[in-house]
Amino acid sequence: MSIAVPRRSHVVLPADGTGGMSAADRSTLTRLLLERGLEVSLRRDAERTGHDTGEPLDPASAADRIAQRFEPPVSAAAWKPWFPVIDYSRCTNCMQCLSFCLFDVYGVSADQKIQVQNQSNCKTECPACSRVCPEVAIMFPKYRHGPINGEDVKADDVRREAMKVDISALLGGDIYSMLRDRSVKAKSRFSKERDDERALKERQNCLVALQRDLDIPAEVLAALPTPDEILAKAEAARQRAQAAIQPPAEPKS
Amino acid sequence: MSGQPPRILYCHCAFAKVVPGDVKSAVLDGLTEAGVEFDAVPDLCEMSARSDPRLRELAASGPLTIAACYPRAVKWLFASAGASLPESSARIWNMRVEPAESVVRGLLDRSGDATPMEAHAE
Repeated sequence: MSIAVPRRSHVVLPADGTGGMSAADRSTLTRLLLERGLEVSLRRDAERTGHDTGEPLDPASAADRIAQRFEPPVSAAAWKPWFPVIDYSRCTNCMQCLSFCLFDVYGVSADQKIQVQNQSNCKTECPACSRVCPEVAIMFPKYRHGPINGEDVKADDVRREAMKVDISALLGGDIYSMLRDRSVKAKSRFSKERDDERALKERQNCLVALQRDLDIPAEVLAALPTPDEILAKAEAARQRAQAAIQPPAEPKS
Repeated sequence: MSGQPPRILYCHCAFAKVVPGDVKSAVLDGLTEAGVEFDAVPDLCEMSARSDPRLRELAASGPLTIAACYPRAVKWLFASAGASLPESSARIWNMRVEPAESVVRGLLDRSGDATPMEAHAE
């Protein structure tokens, strides 16, 4: 059997019964190819583009044979596509997401609009930036629950998210301040008592509330930079955000 | 809908388990049994992250009917890849919440009468 290969990672199969493939085989083969990261088109003129009907088809072995002919797309094997998607019909360009994210996922466009610039920096399963967005404008399409998964936003969702932002502000200015203060307290206790276990427990306790409120996976918290690095990054992000939302200077007369 | 029949695009959401596997299989079965032409992609999120030019090509190719997930997410996934879905001629069927039969019926509907559970998000 041969299959048309009009472009990299793209397979053309017959859309109808030509070539001796049953509908069930076409469906199974399509699914198996998709699971191997290949794009599939079903076309009525597939024979003219190279589909040979000579031999019986076993979808599993056919999928293996076809997939071997392609270099799999790098991202298909290495990276679960988890990243924020901005709903610009809701976004007010407040830059809270830019200030919040420690992994440089966000940036600012030439026309000073927030945008997602480094998708692969995003931490898989972490939806925390969408939790701090006051407009519920940030989606993670593969998230479990709405409205973060893209479900329509309801008035209650906006109220709930706004409340979370207020709570984090009440806790000490912002989330990073909260983290820093608690971390400092933990460090101070550690230095006085020289008790590794207790210090570690304290640090873990400090992060529980944050983890619960923002649904941050434990692995992401464990991978956080040191408090000093967090402060430096947060400050740099704040400056970028501030520069982006600052009104342009009045021209001197 | 214009006279041109909508092109069918199916997203397999291959890199996550948020779309039920039985719904995806039933939708693929329905399309292949109908013998219609369609395009199937492993994962629209992954294509959007790569700003795959194919998304622009699909968005510009006329009426499009899509089987994927929440319409608001799909719309902005295309947009973030620089591909604006035409508001008037793109219909999105949500395999996360709609039963497979409704999705297949909607994809195969050439009249434009079938309406997804959630209207295309503005």
